[in-house]
Amino acid sequence: MPEYSEKVMEHFKSPKNVGEIAGADGVGEVGNPVCGDMMKFTIKVKDDRLEDVKFLTFGCGAAIAVSSMVAEMAKGMTLDEAMKLTNKDVAKALDGLPGNKMHCSNLGADALHKAIEDYRQKQAS
Amino acid sequence: MREVNLDYGAATPLDPAVLEAMLPYMREHYGNPSSGHSLGQKPRQAMAEAREKVGRLIGAKPGQILFTASASEANNMAVKGIAAASRKKGTHIVASSIEHFSILNPLKTLEKDGFRITLLPVDEQGLVDAGELERAITPETILVSVAAANAEIGTLQDLKALTAVAKAKGVPFHTDAAAAAGWVPLDVQDLGVDLLTLAGDQLYGPKGSAALYVGQGVRLRPLVEGGIQERGLRAGTENIPVIVGLGEAARIAAETREERAQSLAALRDGLKESLLKHVPHLRVNGHPTRRLPHNLHVSVEFVEGEALLMHLDMAGIYVSSGSSCTSQALKSSHVLAAIGLPPELAQGSLLFTLGRESREEDVSYVSGELARIAQLLRAMSPLYQNFLKKGR
Repeated sequence: MPEYSEKVMEHFKSPKNVGEIAGADGVGEVGNPVCGDMMKFTIKVKDDRLEDVKFLTFGCGAAIAVSSMVAEMAKGMTLDEAMKLTNKDVAKALDGLPGNKMHCSNLGADALHKAIEDYRQKQAS
Repeated sequence: MREVNLDYGAATPLDPAVLEAMLPYMREHYGNPSSGHSLGQKPRQAMAEAREKVGRLIGAKPGQILFTASASEANNMAVKGIAAASRKKGTHIVASSIEHFSILNPLKTLEKDGFRITLLPVDEQGLVDAGELERAITPETILVSVAAANAEIGTLQDLKALTAVAKAKGVPFHTDAAAAAGWVPLDVQDLGVDLLTLAGDQLYGPKGSAALYVGQGVRLRPLVEGGIQERGLRAGTENIPVIVGLGEAARIAAETREERAQSLAALRDGLKESLLKHVPHLRVNGHPTRRLPHNLHVSVEFVEGEALLMHLDMAGIYVSSGSSCTSQALKSSHVLAAIGLPPELAQGSLLFTLGRESREEDVSYVSGELARIAQLLRAMSPLYQNFLKKGR
């Protein structure tokens, strides 16, 4: 097992914002079981802000901690702010990730961004 | 905290009797067995005894046992040693696709060096087909290598059927028995193998202890050249304490094998039944009967192995997984791919290897904890939520 920070272990043991929002305004899915990680983010938007963010994740300790942290950070952000949330921000908030687990942090922000794009597309059409 | 080790395939503790046997060769009998004077005598005798004991475990003569520092080295020696010695005869080697990396990676190196390699497929239970082997062998073939037991899924090959094919074609047969030696009966004559790898660290012997059996008429080139230790096949002053430890571990393994295998197989079957009862959507992998007595391999559907491992670790339960996230290379197990296990089931795979210390009362604790953890991780698994909504 890799050496994870206390922050990662905290989020892994008691992840926050687990679940799927019923009637979500946007849905974002990334990854597949072949690569080992799969994430699904659902969001609720009010007045251009993320009122609620929830995730479902199939993946390793880092993937679960990243999902939990992304949802936690994104809640309350405006959509533009959330779109600017980077993988580096997430990894930093978790006090770092082992080198070979950095790709997990990419997936978290990507899934969130996809959910926002999904919401925006629905708004536009 | 309660601790339950179910990863004895990764390491076994040193048997106290093995340690006792080793200690004098670190203290008073520190001499070099190659010395002509008195100090070399005790170590030389001890090494000869160890060779006998290791030979006895597999029905070999002492002179056919070559000590190495790891099963990986013994495997490298078999593959590269034969390749170097037989290059003029042919440049084709056949192995199974579920061999250990210490077979597969040397083969890759040889391939770059002009050899042709055929990796035989295995069926869903991990067995190599003798007919398939027969078709793979050509007049150019200089070696067949198929492991006696797969350390991951636990499947035991029908070695006799495979060696019969190789023998009929006059091709030397190597088997990596690192996972099997001391756990299942192995007799090199009866099996008809020409080379066999075994390891002490699976047998309550010291780490860094292993051996290669080299049968009559097999020609090898050394990996390490220098002095004429080990019949000139492995230069370097012998690691006497470790060799003595391997000998003692082999002696104890030979004497206790049958009883140990029986009791652990019963315990393993109990664990399997208990897991199947308490953990829904659990799949047992490998062969149902042709398997290592202390090995159980399962897939916990809809969840990933590293997350399982971390939660189990927090509960004091130590196991391993073939998931990509648990490997340094981030690649899921080639063995699980070869038996055709779908990727999500490979990701959720768990390997239990029992040991002498395993106890009946551990079974209910482990199955209870795994049931709890599987539920916890499934609650956040998109694959499981999808399954609940749509079915398979």
